[in-house]
Formats: sequence, C-alpha cells, structure tokens
Amino acid sequence: MKNAAGRAALLFLKNCIRILSLLLAVSIISFALVSASPVDPVQQYIMKIGPVSAEQRAAIEAYWGMDKPPAVRYISWLNALLHGDFGISLLYRRPVIDIIAERFGNSLALMLCAWVFSGIIGFSLGCVMGMHRGKWQDKIIRRICYLLSSVPAFWLGLILLLLFSVKLGWFPVGFSTPIGMLDSEVGIWQRLYHLALPALTLTLVSFSSIALHTRQKMIDVMNSAYVLFARARGEGGWTLFVRHGLRNTILPALTLQFASFAELFGGSVLAENVFSYPGLGSAVSAAGLGSDVPLLLGITLFSTLFVCAGNMAANLLYGIVDPQMH
Amino acid sequence: MGQWNPFRLNGRIRALMLTVVLGVVILAVYAAGILIPQDAVGTDFIQAKQPPSWQHLFGTDNLGRDILMRTLKGMSVSVTVGIAASCISAVAGILIGIAAAAGSRFLDGAISWLIDLMMGIPHTVVIILISFAMGRGLRGLLAGIAATHWTSLARLIRGEVMQLRSQQYIMVSRRMGKSGGWILRHHLLPHLAPQFLTGLILMFPHAILHEASISFLGYGLPPEQPAVGIILAESMTYLSSGMWWMAVFPGMVLVLMVWLIDRLGENLRRVIDPYSAQE
Amino acid sequence: MEKKEVHMDKNQDIPVLAVSGLSVSFLMYDGIFGQKELRAISDLSIQVHAGEILAVAGSSGSGKSLLASAILGILPENAVTAGELRYHGRLLTPELQRRLRGTAIALVPQSVDFLDPLMKAGAQADGHRKPCPTQERRRIFHRLGLPGETEKRYPFQLSGGMARRVLVSTALIADAQLIIADEPTPGMSLEQALEALRMFREMADGGKAVILITHDIDLAVSFADRIAVFYAGTTVETARAGDFQEGGAALRHPYSKALWRALPQNGFEPIAGFQPYAGNLPKGCLFAPRCSRCTPRCMQEAPCMRVLRGGEVRCFYAE
Repeated sequence: MKNAAGRAALLFLKNCIRILSLLLAVSIISFALVSASPVDPVQQYIMKIGPVSAEQRAAIEAYWGMDKPPAVRYISWLNALLHGDFGISLLYRRPVIDIIAERFGNSLALMLCAWVFSGIIGFSLGCVMGMHRGKWQDKIIRRICYLLSSVPAFWLGLILLLLFSVKLGWFPVGFSTPIGMLDSEVGIWQRLYHLALPALTLTLVSFSSIALHTRQKMIDVMNSAYVLFARARGEGGWTLFVRHGLRNTILPALTLQFASFAELFGGSVLAENVFSYPGLGSAVSAAGLGSDVPLLLGITLFSTLFVCAGNMAANLLYGIVDPQMH
Repeated sequence: MGQWNPFRLNGRIRALMLTVVLGVVILAVYAAGILIPQDAVGTDFIQAKQPPSWQHLFGTDNLGRDILMRTLKGMSVSVTVGIAASCISAVAGILIGIAAAAGSRFLDGAISWLIDLMMGIPHTVVIILISFAMGRGLRGLLAGIAATHWTSLARLIRGEVMQLRSQQYIMVSRRMGKSGGWILRHHLLPHLAPQFLTGLILMFPHAILHEASISFLGYGLPPEQPAVGIILAESMTYLSSGMWWMAVFPGMVLVLMVWLIDRLGENLRRVIDPYSAQE
Repeated sequence: MEKKEVHMDKNQDIPVLAVSGLSVSFLMYDGIFGQKELRAISDLSIQVHAGEILAVAGSSGSGKSLLASAILGILPENAVTAGELRYHGRLLTPELQRRLRGTAIALVPQSVDFLDPLMKAGAQADGHRKPCPTQERRRIFHRLGLPGETEKRYPFQLSGGMARRVLVSTALIADAQLIIADEPTPGMSLEQALEALRMFREMADGGKAVILITHDIDLAVSFADRIAVFYAGTTVETARAGDFQEGGAALRHPYSKALWRALPQNGFEPIAGFQPYAGNLPKGCLFAPRCSRCTPRCMQEAPCMRVLRGGEVRCFYAE
C-alpha cells in the first residue's frame, strides 16, 4: 500500500504541473484576446471618470503601459499577477483580487448547494432508472431528464422568479443585499434566502447529465458477470442494489460530478444574472459588458483554476480510489 | 410467441419515421421564421403589453410587437447561428481528431493538451472573452460557440481513426504504397461520415442553447435582432409588472425546439448506427 | 481417478434435480420488421442424483450456460421457457427457485469476472445472508488452502486459482445440495483443471449432486459419473462415463460417436459441417444435416429421448 501512496503523490504532481501549464496558456490566450479587442480600455476608463485633458490621457496610457507592445504589457501583467496584484477593477474601483475573494464566497455557496443537491438527486434518479430499466419509472424519469437538458438555465430562472417572486411573493424580485444593510450585517438566514432560487435553478439544470450517466453505468453493472453470480446466490432487489449496484456506480458518478465544474460555473453565470446574485458569474458578464479588462482576466484565470481543481479531483479519484485501475 | 405484429415495428424503422416527423416540424418552424415579413414584427404602441389573445397568441411586448412572430423569427435566427457554428465546430473537430490520430505522437499530445485547455475554462467565459475580443455581435458569437464545441467530436474521431488505422485493409493499402491522402479519402472518410453527421446534429441543441444564453447576457446578437435570448432578456424588465407571457412563451418555444432537435439527433444516430445508440 | 461406484443409496430413485422437456427461447428483432424466436435450449431432459457428477458436455456456443440460469431461475427477462424442473421431486416454481438459489442450489462460475471488483473476497464469500457465516467461511478458506489474508484482498489482487477457490467456497459455505459448475476449467493449466475438478469430485463423494457444464470431453470422462452430450440446445445422449472410455461402439448417438472420434487420442477426426444457429434450427432431428445415417424421416420428425443400453439417446436408429 506504500506503493499506492507513492503513485498518488506522483499523480498529484503530474496534475499540478498540467494545471500550471494550462493556467499559463489561459493567461496568454486571454490576454491576447482582450488585447485584440476593438474596445479601447483607456477610452472606457475615461468615459467613466469624466472628461480629461490630452496630457492626463497620455499619463493614463503610460501608467497602463498602452504605449508599449502587447508582449511587454503581458510580461509586466504576469509579473504583477505573480506578486498577487491582479490590478484594479474599472467597474468597482477596487482591487480585482478583493472582488474575486468576496464574490467567490457567494458563488461557492451557490455552486456547492447545486453540486450537492444535483449530485444526490441525479445519482438517486439514475439508480432508479438503471434498476428498473425499460419499466415505467425508467421511461418517465428519462423523458424528464432529456427535457431538462434542453432547458436553458436562465429561462428556468425566469420561470422560478415568475412563480415564486411575482406570483407567490415568497422572494423579492430584485435580489442582492437588502438596501440599507451592510454586507456584514446580512445573517446566515438572509444569505440562504437569497441562495434558494438560484441554487434551485442550478440544481434543476445540472442533475440530468449525472442521472443519465448513472443509469447507463447501473445497466452495465446489472448486466455484469458478478451481478449474475450474485443473483445466482439469491440476491435481488434492494440487497443487490446496496451490495453491488451502489458500490460500483458511486465512484464513476462522483468522478463525473467533479469533472462537471465547468458546466456548473457556466450555469452559475446565467443563474446569477437572472437573480442579480452577487457572485463571480454576474461579475464576469458585467466585466465583459463594461470592458473591465482586469476583472475579466482575473475571473477567467480564477474560473480556470476552479475547473481544473475539479478535473484534478476527478483524475485523482479515478487513479487512486478505484482498485480496478491497478 | 413469434406472431408477427405490424404495429410493433422494429426500432430502426420507428427511429427513421420519427426522424422524418421531427425533421418536418423543425423545418416548419424554421421556414415560418424566415417567411414572416418584417412588418409583422413592427412596433405598434396601441397594441403594447397585450396579454395573450386570439389575435396575439403569445401576447405583445412593451413596444406592441407580436411575441409569437418575434419568437418564430428569433428561433430561425438562433437555428441558423446554431447550425453555422456547429458546422464550423464539427469540421474543426474532425480535422483535429484525424490529425491527433494520424499525426505524430507529439501532435497527439499537443492536441490532447489543447482539449484539456478547452475543457479547463467554463465555456460561457470563453464565449464572453471571444465575443469581447471580436467586438460583440454575430461574428464573435459564431467564433465563440464554434471554439467551444469541437472537443467531444475531436475525441470521438480520434478514437475511431486509431481503431481504423490498425485494421487489416488499411495496413494492406499502406503496404501497397497508397498515399495517406488516398487512404483518407477511400477508407477513413466513408467510415467517419456517419460519425461526423451524428456528432454535428448532436451539437446543434448545445449550440442553440449557448446562442440563446449568450444573447441573453447581452453579448450575442444586437438588441434589434429578434433573437429569443434578447426577448427573454427584455422580459426581465417587465416581470414585476406582470408581463409573464413575454418570458414564458418564447422560452417554451426555445425549449421545444432544442428538445426536438436533440431527439432528431438521437433518432438519426439510431438509424445510422443502431448498435452504439442508447435505447 | 477413484470414483465411488457404489454410492447407490435409496435416494437413487428420486433425483436431486430432474429436468424434463426444458425449452428456452428469446424473442429478437430481426431485419426490418418483425421478430424472430431464437431457441437456445429445446426439449432438454436430464437427471442428476445425490453423490454423482453429471457432465453436460458439448461444443461452445451450444447454450449450455443458459441451462444453469434456467435451473436457478435467473434467465434474462426476455426469455420464454417451457418444460418442468423438479428438485427432490418438488416442482421448481419461481418462488421455490428464489428460496433455493444460493442455499440449496449453488452456481460455481469459472472466472474472477464473477467477483465484484470492488468487494473484498471475505465479504464476497460471506454473501448477503444473515447471520454472517464468517467463522465457517474462514474454516473453508483454510480447507481450500487460501491464506488468511485472502479475505482482505480485492479480486484484482487474487491469482486466478485463488479467485476460483473463493468461488468454490461459496458453494461449500452454503452447503448446497446441488452444485452447478459452469465451465470451471477453461484457461487453466492441466494441473489447475485437475485440482478444480477434484474439488467437485470431493463434493459429489460427500453426497452432493454436481452438474458439470463443460466443453472438455476428456476431463468430463475422467471425473464425471455420467455424461449428457449437448448439441444445438438439447441433449442427444446420456451415457455412463465408462461408455466413453470403452469407445465408439459403446456410445449410442452418431454425434457422440463423432465426438469420440474427434478426440486427439482417437484419431482427431473432425466432424463435418457446423452446429446450427439457434435462430435457424432444422425441422427434424437437430443433428440430421451433419449425420451420415440421415434418412428422410430424420429431416421431418424430431426423435424423442429413449432408454437404450443403460443410457438414453435421441435417435431413431441407434441400437
């Protein structure tokens, strides 16, 4: 078993190197993309701070290094990044790193809720379908899954907003922190209250893929030789499910769940926008629309790190925990 | 046992019939969107904010435009964008997949790294970045969707080519001195064509959903375009004033269309490749 | 190999398992329209008594493994069955099968694939029944020569021989009266195969009834008491193992004789033609298309099993 620990460390190291190489590539590509943009960030900045003289404009350009070639600007940006300086957001007039830290907390709460619930619901429904393959349970749940995978997150959010806020009045229509309250005063219940609808939206659009995947896996397990032998020994129904079905499907499902951070983040961008939830998702689309380049780049890198961490967790799970892989 | 029942058709035939029916429905929606004249979606302030009625089945928006007409027109725009982006993406996918399988080991490694890279950034963020770089609008939208959708098809094609490469008849052709291009045209492409087609069609629904989402966020098509995402973004403003029809109906048409196209793809896969398809 | 020839007690009359007229077929989609009935087993009859090994022998792809599933009542859902199964004289209903499988009737499959890859060998052998037979299982593991740490191993950590002994242990732990060994020898060296078969011989000598499903006639002859020759989904002959040792003349059915001649030590003479496919069985005798003594009657009419010289045969002309 010492061997296993060594292998785990090696796998971990390999994954870390891969993530670093990906992050570097993402920083280059995203920097190149925003540099190629016809939107002039200096002009955008000036539009926000009001009229400036030509000298002031030149000073701003020099401060941002706009007079230097993109490669030089990239190096100095990267250098600043490595020192923890992500720049100042144009929209919020605060360091990008602070905005990310604060908003990531909110997004994490949202995504974690959706991740856990969609995982539990999706896995359970997948098991029900797989164990009752071809029966009515399977047919109904499968249709629901197909339908849900055709529903865009933002529309589902709109419908929930219509239903629970406009029609039933359980939640306010405009979200975010209540007016007149400091962020620190917002209690846990207030937070949960704001989390409910976006998390429900994200859960509903996320569980179908895990459910369909688990169904397929469960069918494979139920057709396996070892399940045939278990049946021959008198196992069936719930016993068979607990002893073999659950055991052999939970790990692939967990792996898939970890590998789905990208979809989760994409969904949260939409859900946060619909509910004006103060997370990274609403910040990234605002940054893009408001030409807030430092914030856009910062969130791009951060979301890459987030997704890669999930993919690494999936790789490690598959490589270490699953003894069949040996 | 064994009696022949004409109503219990074999799965493949049923899939073929369903494919035709679904295709006709999708084409009808698409054609309706194109054929509707521009003045059917003109502004008419007298008719503004009307709830659904026989005259305006889906109601009217804040400017008095008929939402059914706008939705249909928007749907055909979305489908066009989705198909165009999927085609670009699918061609890229097949080329990259073949390159990965047929090229050197270094190239294969590089492409697998590139795929990891593409999977490492949330697609929505990539599309926002690309659309920012290209100055929003249709071009950025197309490029963004195309850039994010090729990966799964490339992986599939790579696996397929790897398998084909080790087949006897390809080895024989190679030993007979046939060129790589000749083998590609005569042996690989005929095998890959069905994979390409189904991969392409299964890409449509995702592409259309992405188009709508990005337009909803305000990056995609300009606001004067009747895209479904834009109608839904506008509807946000009027939700609290009770104009539910502006959000409900266009979204329902979008979901229905995406679902139909998804089913079409799945059925087509069952017709083309009955063994790999799920039941 | 020493066989206890005199194990004929009073239970001889009531077989542990009697299968009569068993047919198993599947409905499959075929071509553009319609379905086809695939008859995997047709009109099969065998009996096995306490204290004996009955080998069901035939070439691969003849549906032998389905016989085990049919006896245990774990056929796939699209299977259609006909015929009658009796356990100690009692009709084997699905309800009785459910109660007996894993307790009185045990399956011993052949390979590590039949072990759950994510469950440790000990828990796997213990099974799901309560109370957990851990002490008994440890004793049996020891008897089978499995080292103490085996129970903590996952299947991928077991050697092929250890995995097979774990599989055998399940039948011993259950103390089953009827053991169905499904192809226990392929992929083994001769020593391993002999050792595996010796375990089944021991079980039979201990009073159990053993059905040995195999394609290896040679091994079947040396370990079994009787051999049912399986062809295209049915038995064409049941003979004492001794008949095979005596040679072609002692056998009854043309297929058995041909099988005997096909053995390496008897001339290695191949049988012409192919076994018919389950979806395309001949109308009359299933062996007729390949039989040198085939008559027009054989093509039209399927012969029934009849008693002949202390065995049974499915042929109009055997004598």
